Amino acid sequence: MTLVAIAPGGPTLDVRGLTVTLDNGAPIVSDIDLPIAHGRIVGLVGESGSGKSTIANALSGHARRGTAITGGHVLIDGIDMTALDAQGLRNARGRIVANVAQDPATALNPMMRIGDHLDEVLVLHHADLRAQERRARIEEVAQAVGLPTSHEFLRRFPHQLSGGQQQRVLLALAFVLRPKLIVLDEPTTALDVTTQAQVLTVIRQLCRERGIAALYVSHDLAVVRNLVDDIVVLYSGRIVERGARDPFFEAPAHPYARGLLAAIPDVSERVVLHAIPGQAPTPSDRPAGCVFAPRCSSQTERCIAERPTLERLTSDRWVACHHPSGSRFEVGTNAGLIDDQSSEALPVLTAGNINLYYDERQILFDVGFDLPRAGCTALVGESGSGKTTLARALVGLGEAVSGTVVFDGEPFAVASAIRPKEIRRRIQYVFQNPYRALNPRQTVGDILKAAIRHFFPVDPVEASARAAAALERVALPHAILARRPHDLSGGERQRVAIARALVCEPDLLICDEITSALDVSVQAAILALIATLQADGLTVLFVTHDLAVVRAIADKVIVLRGGRIVEQGPADMVLDRPTHGYTAKLMADSPRLHGDVASVPPLAFA
Amino acid sequence: MSSRDPFVRKPFWRRGPLRDRQLRIGFVFLLAVLIFALAGPSLAPHPYDALVGPPYGAPEGAAWLGYDYLGRDVWSRLLTGGRSILWMSIAASLIALAFGTLIGLFAGFAKGRVDQTVVWGTDVILAFPDLILVLLVVSMLGREPWLIVITVAIAFVPGVIRLARSVTLGIAGQEFVDAARMMGYSRRHILLVEIMPNVLTPLLVHLGVMLTWAIAMLSGLSFLGYGVAPPAADWGLMINENRAGLMIQPWTVLAPVALIAIFALGTNLVAEGAGRYNARIEER
Amino acid sequence: MATSMPTLAGPGAPPVALPEHDPKAANFCGLHDVPEEPARFALPGWLPWLGGRLIAGVATIFVISLIVFVATQALPSDPARVALGPEATEESVLTLQRQLGLDRPLPVQFAAWAGKAALGDFGTSLDSGVTAGSIVSDRLANSLALMALVLLIAVSFSFLLGVSLARRRDGRFDRVAMTTLILFKALPGFTIAIGLILLFSTTVFHLLPAVSLLDPERSPFAQPIYLILPAVTLVLTLLPFLTRLIRASMIETLEAEFITAARLRGIPDRRIIWRHAVPNALIPTIQGIAMSVRMLLGGALIVEVVFSYPGIGNALNAAIEMRDIPVIQAITLTTAAGVVLTNLLADLATVLVTPRLRTARNPRLRAGTRARLKLSAGGV
Repeated sequence: MTLVAIAPGGPTLDVRGLTVTLDNGAPIVSDIDLPIAHGRIVGLVGESGSGKSTIANALSGHARRGTAITGGHVLIDGIDMTALDAQGLRNARGRIVANVAQDPATALNPMMRIGDHLDEVLVLHHADLRAQERRARIEEVAQAVGLPTSHEFLRRFPHQLSGGQQQRVLLALAFVLRPKLIVLDEPTTALDVTTQAQVLTVIRQLCRERGIAALYVSHDLAVVRNLVDDIVVLYSGRIVERGARDPFFEAPAHPYARGLLAAIPDVSERVVLHAIPGQAPTPSDRPAGCVFAPRCSSQTERCIAERPTLERLTSDRWVACHHPSGSRFEVGTNAGLIDDQSSEALPVLTAGNINLYYDERQILFDVGFDLPRAGCTALVGESGSGKTTLARALVGLGEAVSGTVVFDGEPFAVASAIRPKEIRRRIQYVFQNPYRALNPRQTVGDILKAAIRHFFPVDPVEASARAAAALERVALPHAILARRPHDLSGGERQRVAIARALVCEPDLLICDEITSALDVSVQAAILALIATLQADGLTVLFVTHDLAVVRAIADKVIVLRGGRIVEQGPADMVLDRPTHGYTAKLMADSPRLHGDVASVPPLAFA
Repeated sequence: MSSRDPFVRKPFWRRGPLRDRQLRIGFVFLLAVLIFALAGPSLAPHPYDALVGPPYGAPEGAAWLGYDYLGRDVWSRLLTGGRSILWMSIAASLIALAFGTLIGLFAGFAKGRVDQTVVWGTDVILAFPDLILVLLVVSMLGREPWLIVITVAIAFVPGVIRLARSVTLGIAGQEFVDAARMMGYSRRHILLVEIMPNVLTPLLVHLGVMLTWAIAMLSGLSFLGYGVAPPAADWGLMINENRAGLMIQPWTVLAPVALIAIFALGTNLVAEGAGRYNARIEER
Repeated sequence: MATSMPTLAGPGAPPVALPEHDPKAANFCGLHDVPEEPARFALPGWLPWLGGRLIAGVATIFVISLIVFVATQALPSDPARVALGPEATEESVLTLQRQLGLDRPLPVQFAAWAGKAALGDFGTSLDSGVTAGSIVSDRLANSLALMALVLLIAVSFSFLLGVSLARRRDGRFDRVAMTTLILFKALPGFTIAIGLILLFSTTVFHLLPAVSLLDPERSPFAQPIYLILPAVTLVLTLLPFLTRLIRASMIETLEAEFITAARLRGIPDRRIIWRHAVPNALIPTIQGIAMSVRMLLGGALIVEVVFSYPGIGNALNAAIEMRDIPVIQAITLTTAAGVVLTNLLADLATVLVTPRLRTARNPRLRAGTRARLKLSAGGV
């Protein structure tokens, strides 16, 4: 519990000109320069395909199958990881630099006990320690990360631990050897928000206490903001901006960084989201000039012709741009669309006393709510809360369910799998996983036309016209009609799924975590799409676990926990002044993008 | 988005599954054996049961493979002896595929008790080693070729049922099937349009694998004496008949062995190549 | 429960105290996610499962015996006539019928037969006059000896080969080996047998006997020269399947996240292979070995016939030719029971080896593992 100041001397991590390429020559990341000073935590931010995991691996001198480190140096405490031979790498890995993987469930050997995992690395790297000393170290690090130190616990296998505990074991494995640098690759992605908050606390405290430098790789700017000292933004294999945290969030200089911040929802206030137009290029298709130019609103001829290099903008800011912005970053905020009291219209759907069983266990307990017309209602809960089960039950995919549902004034039996065609048409559903929601053997046109002709007695020509019109509404080109799902990206597939719902001309659209599998900028586009559909009169029920998304789009929110509704009401009211402890805790644990950083200020520990 | 638009058509031997070299080789083997077996009888210089030379006679002139234990021309018998194994292995595999797919699809779709019973039933049949099951039935009921075909098909059916069932279960759990159910599409539509096309491909690959087994099993059966009856020409039978003279006149045995091997190898390579091709498509 | 909670003043306020007090929160991070402690002195969770499987196994054997009975005694219009052949006199047929008890109603026949079979009494061989049971036990020993030898060689060889191929994947050695294996996989067992005879017993070398004239008084292992060719043949039929299985299983395991994570901790390659990868790759291997046993039981028949090896397969073949019904029944039932037993042992081994299943209250093996393996195996 001591204050750790920045040590004088060179940085702990010094990456210079790192380049990693695919076997066919296309570069995944190029010319990466990345210093990390002693004891500082740096956040490496990028979307999928930007190469952030590649950099994380390269810091340990590792390149995935089919790739290779082809240029540059990675110096950790003076040791060049890229120049080591196999033996040298084995010595350095774990001892000098440690990696913490993304998914704890798959990163632990299912046939090895927890204690053995920890003992193994100690035996390997510190052969001089005796068994008792090793045991003492294991217990010490286990306690530091918040794990029990009992003999019984250390004898458990990974599957006998919860997700949060598994992640802590990974942290323990990283910290037990007291490395100089820890690389964390999105370690909290698979965890719920409460566990995530705990794990972040552990990381923060341990790094501060022991003066360990860390690189935290993530796509989640809000999480990163609450953990790191410095930010590095990666786009399409190149660093576009680098600097200290607070100045960055106040005034990001690079257009991509600004675009990213404008696309991310924030749990602290309702912001207007703006998507970044276009898509990131694949490694083989990168443009010659500025990588971001094709999507940049301030692009000039110079941007297309000449690639900008990373240059110093201010004392603690580096940008690779010909026209970096100097202005503050302002968010546009929004008031909620519907106020609870003012709406006189009949809610589109009212549910009461919903109970649902699965295999003899009760999943939903006496759930009741209503959905205001033309409003967006968010159904919030963590994994296992039953929110997806409830959503599925509303469209007839539930099994042992009982209760009353009144849709547009008319009751219908939620329990029955047989429901009137009209009801099926008017309540539509979009699934979470766009990669499994479309039949791989059918073309987009087939999928849409099948839905149209199922509900409307139209001829094939008219059906094609309607399908094309639906694609337009979701901003997809007509050419997509002839494509199969595996030709499309995740975002495009999700839009097709929405189009399939739209062709049925529904009154209620249920979206089940439709953006969880997508990148931030794609998410912004989809959420904007939902908002326009809502403006046309569509009622939306949006199932999510992400409170920031709730804040951005919801008029009303229903909080579900363990199959029971703990709270419901107008979104802003529930989020700002929750009446239930669970909601309050969720709010407290969700990292914020604006406002006070919820963590300990850097370099101080109370 | 796919990064390249294949508007330029490459020649057919460079596209699709034929790109796989092993598959090409297997395909060539198969084609060769098929042509040999089908066209053979019309090309044979002597009738398959005519005694034209000395027993176990050495190769000479037109009879370039010599004579078998009775004095018949080996080459003629070789040309004539392929048809039986050809039609029997194809028939057995197709019958097993048809019945097994239907039952497996049904079990996978129905789930619950029905499914459990089907699975247990397949376990029972799978408890018999293939050959023993077939021998058991054939020995008791007779040796007609069609009976043998059916019995071999029965031996293969449990495997097909399990495959069809597991693939169906996998597909039926996917969200696009849920979407179809939610829309209210008819059961028939769901089975035929959503599920069947996704199930078909792994089953077709399995058809190729079954062909290989059928060849092995049928030739083994005729080797043991449970195939076409003498004096008919059949590769497996030829091996059995001439086994005793292996040291004097190996060609009578070697030639049919070689042909059976090429046939089996061809189907095996094609089946595995198709499996690899399928896996490549599905992982996109 | 949450009535005494203070409300938040607004965004960014300090975190609220936890709604529930967790007595296990022994340190400042607070533990909410502790799963239930495993019971101390409970019986292993898989015992009820094992009991269930045993019962299922017995039921399966019962149904198998039904099938065998139906196939041999119920189906043929007249087993006695079948047994004696078309030239038999009417008198002898009637005598045999009475002897076999074929004049009694079917269910009674089955009950009597099954009852005796369960005790090992299958009646007298129609061909040789000794009890069917004694034929089975004599021949079974020889077959088991051969099978044990084959399994030992095949499993160890394919294991080593599979692991080393997985490490050198896509290299030249791998490609050559895989091509050779594919070649052998496609060849029916008896073709390999004949090929070996040709090579080693006849024209090329005159080393090994083409016929296994085992002395029944001595153990097969004391006369190894008669075992060599049959064993090599069977090993060659099993090797492709097992090697490819182990290779594929190792490759899949080596691509797992925890292997990469271990590498990034600096664990040396050798330890990664043997301590981390192999134990995980073992699980499909166990089922593969069970599959091999089943393949052996079938494939051994033809090989025994080719080499005239006095084993159980050869006996069955002879019995079928002679229409010796009691012997047919005895051997078929024994073989099938053996398969059921092997499957049970394989499943038990899988449960014991997998920590996730070993500690679970209700182990559920991944459905269809065995069937999936069969599909990648060979036939005869």
